Amino acid sequence: MKREDINILIGGAAGQGLVTIGQLLCRTLINSGYEVVVTQSYMSRIRGGHNTFTIRAATGKIISPRLGIDILVALNEETFHLYRHKLSKDSVMIIDDSLEYEFPNTIAVPFKSLSAKLYENTVALGVVASLFGINEKSILPVMKKFLGKKKAKYLNDNKTAFQKGLDHGNKNHPGNIIDLAPVSPDSQKMMMNGNEAIAVGALAGGLKFCSFYPMTPATSIVLNIIKHADEMGCVVEQAEDEISAINMAIGASYAGAPSMVATSGGGYALMTEGISLAGMTETPIVIAVAMRPGPATGLPTRTEQGDLDFVIHGGHGEFPRVIYAPGSIEECYELTQKAFHIAEKYQTPAFILTDQYLADSYRGVTPFAGDSADPIIAGNRPEHENTPYDRYEITENGISPRLLPGHSKHLVVADSDEHTGDGHITEDLQVRIQMVDKRLRKLTGITNDLLAPEYYGDDNPDILLLCWGSSKGAVFETVRLLQKKGIKAATLHFSQVWPLKPDLFMKTLVNAKEVFCVEGNATSQFAKLITRETAFVINKNILRYDGLPFTPEYIVEKLDL
Amino acid sequence: MTDIKEFGEFETAWCPGCGNFSILKALKSALSACDLSPWQVLLVSGIGQAAKAPHYLKANVFNGLHGRSLPVAIGAKLANHELTVIAESGDGCMYGEGGNHFIAALRRNLDITIIVHNNMVYGLTKGQASPTSEQGFVTKAQPHGSPSAPFNPVNIAVTMGTGFVARGFAGNREHLSGLIARAIKFRGTALVDILQPCVSFNHVNTFKWYKERCYELPENFQSENRELALETSLEFGEKIPLGVIYENRKKTFEETFAVLQKGPLYTQLHEKKALQNVIDSY
Repeated sequence: MKREDINILIGGAAGQGLVTIGQLLCRTLINSGYEVVVTQSYMSRIRGGHNTFTIRAATGKIISPRLGIDILVALNEETFHLYRHKLSKDSVMIIDDSLEYEFPNTIAVPFKSLSAKLYENTVALGVVASLFGINEKSILPVMKKFLGKKKAKYLNDNKTAFQKGLDHGNKNHPGNIIDLAPVSPDSQKMMMNGNEAIAVGALAGGLKFCSFYPMTPATSIVLNIIKHADEMGCVVEQAEDEISAINMAIGASYAGAPSMVATSGGGYALMTEGISLAGMTETPIVIAVAMRPGPATGLPTRTEQGDLDFVIHGGHGEFPRVIYAPGSIEECYELTQKAFHIAEKYQTPAFILTDQYLADSYRGVTPFAGDSADPIIAGNRPEHENTPYDRYEITENGISPRLLPGHSKHLVVADSDEHTGDGHITEDLQVRIQMVDKRLRKLTGITNDLLAPEYYGDDNPDILLLCWGSSKGAVFETVRLLQKKGIKAATLHFSQVWPLKPDLFMKTLVNAKEVFCVEGNATSQFAKLITRETAFVINKNILRYDGLPFTPEYIVEKLDL
Repeated sequence: MTDIKEFGEFETAWCPGCGNFSILKALKSALSACDLSPWQVLLVSGIGQAAKAPHYLKANVFNGLHGRSLPVAIGAKLANHELTVIAESGDGCMYGEGGNHFIAALRRNLDITIIVHNNMVYGLTKGQASPTSEQGFVTKAQPHGSPSAPFNPVNIAVTMGTGFVARGFAGNREHLSGLIARAIKFRGTALVDILQPCVSFNHVNTFKWYKERCYELPENFQSENRELALETSLEFGEKIPLGVIYENRKKTFEETFAVLQKGPLYTQLHEKKALQNVIDSY
């Protein structure tokens, strides 16, 4: 039976190598021309526990995870027990033949006799490959790319293990084979997840300095920058804490290096005083916040959209900021670049608000054009050495010339206290009013530069689904499902969540019969933000806060039509 | 030597008789002795009375948050290591609120100078105990006396093998100025802890108190001898040694980053080809 859309769930304990085979399979499927969307769910531990790597693969465009399991790769017995109820009669399971299970369409694998424990995951990969007609020719280049830097013996042993799995699979096919319809191969596509795209977007935007304190799920943004730091001429420094990280980045930016920090909610909590400092000293800075469920330590490795309010408001005092919330891998790349430009142009903090789901979600992506990247150049150049220079000169648009210290004889004085035009501390209350007004005047330009939300679906819909950030894919696919049921449906996705410009979307809200807001938190933060900014009340909310990402099926069920 | 007048004269918000005046003068003459002009210097400070010092001379200035002068100084130095970067603040800012950054900065060994106005009390917030206050020091906030043992920054710095560790006294300006000049010229992290009376809030550790105890280490003091330095760093009581207590020239943080050998970070332009290679690696 040729299928157009299948879901493969690989489950096991941490340390069993399920992410490695997930990545290998994912890359091979992309090379073979399939669309993929990966969802990773893992526990906050290095060994044991229960983790999953789910690949949805399809012959046509997909942008969301979905419910259901077509192939279950159970690397341990727990996986079978946790997911047996999600298997359908057409599903196939791959499991160790020494384990207790009961499911008809099973390929039981004698792992212990086929390979050493270290390579059991690769044997499993071979068995999965047998279901798709993937052979050693298509997997070998992928193995080389992922494992090539390790010892030659390791690569060879993996090849052998893969072949054993493949042979075993071919010999032991269950009657009912799941097979993806063929598509034309596409070896040009990148396999990239959201955090990788943010890292590359930062490099394309001109990043020169990054400081961080490790925190899941943001750490991989920085690890990907570090991977390319030498060739791109960047310095990355692991700070003693997030307070240091943000202050270091502000210091580097002040002295001429476009800078970024990456963290999650708890780390951002420590950074907020520094965010306020960037607002006051008018220092450009990009902050990537990858959300996970809180409060406090919460569920450290799961997903949520619970920090929207916090990121909009975190930092004392009043100053302008810009917050982007990418909804796809491509948007992670584009909006991170844009964040560097907006931060530099308006000399204020710009945020990328993402979450664990998007951070870890691999997709096949058309390679970005390095040629069309537009890295920023920090600061302004002085006109004359002899004209006086005021770092915080009062201007009509609120933007003052930002010279860099040590580049000319002009002195660059920045102050966290309220300050005069030349940057020195003041308690002159008239100057205070002028400076507050100057900083906030930048909002006019920021609002003119903001991104309109993206509309998708029918005109004048019966159901309009508002969403923001990473849930974009699931909500767009929900619209398609609803349309198939004959319902006039549409969605409005916000990839910029602050500031908002009601002129850009009010008509859309008013023209819809019913408006729902779909977001990954328990208190409908975005819906309330819309109400606050527009007085338009949204009281139908589809919320999710169990640590897992939205799927179209979840949304349709909650709509309860 | 640059003309000290280049660094200007400003009105201050300090109490008459404050040790800060003398430290400010010593800093200006040290900068001039190092042949530096204001535009070549970046002074980074936090919050407190000492942290206002950068406003009272001509230089590039980043007056940041309480406790956070060192991270800003480190970031700025990494972005442009041609700048002479000096972090200057008080004992509460550097050793209290910024204690974690202080220890991490000593570990890193960037070529920066740390100047600490150490008056063993909080001035700006009106007289609470500081990390360097003596045990038993009575304040309105510690009416039964400060219960904790004082932080010994010089000892910590020597213990950690910091590049350059010195102690000065605001009441001995010429000697202090010499120490600051040596600290600026030293390649690596240099700490100058400066004892200073607070005429408003510290009536125990007064000018007279310091004057009776402080003595200058002899010219032939072997500052490269770690054991001697450790022993000297613990001497704080009836006698308080002033001078360069420890010197340890080692590779700086900047020297370990290959990227920085190509010149200051801000001068390194992006290459589109390098970016394309990055993209193609995914």
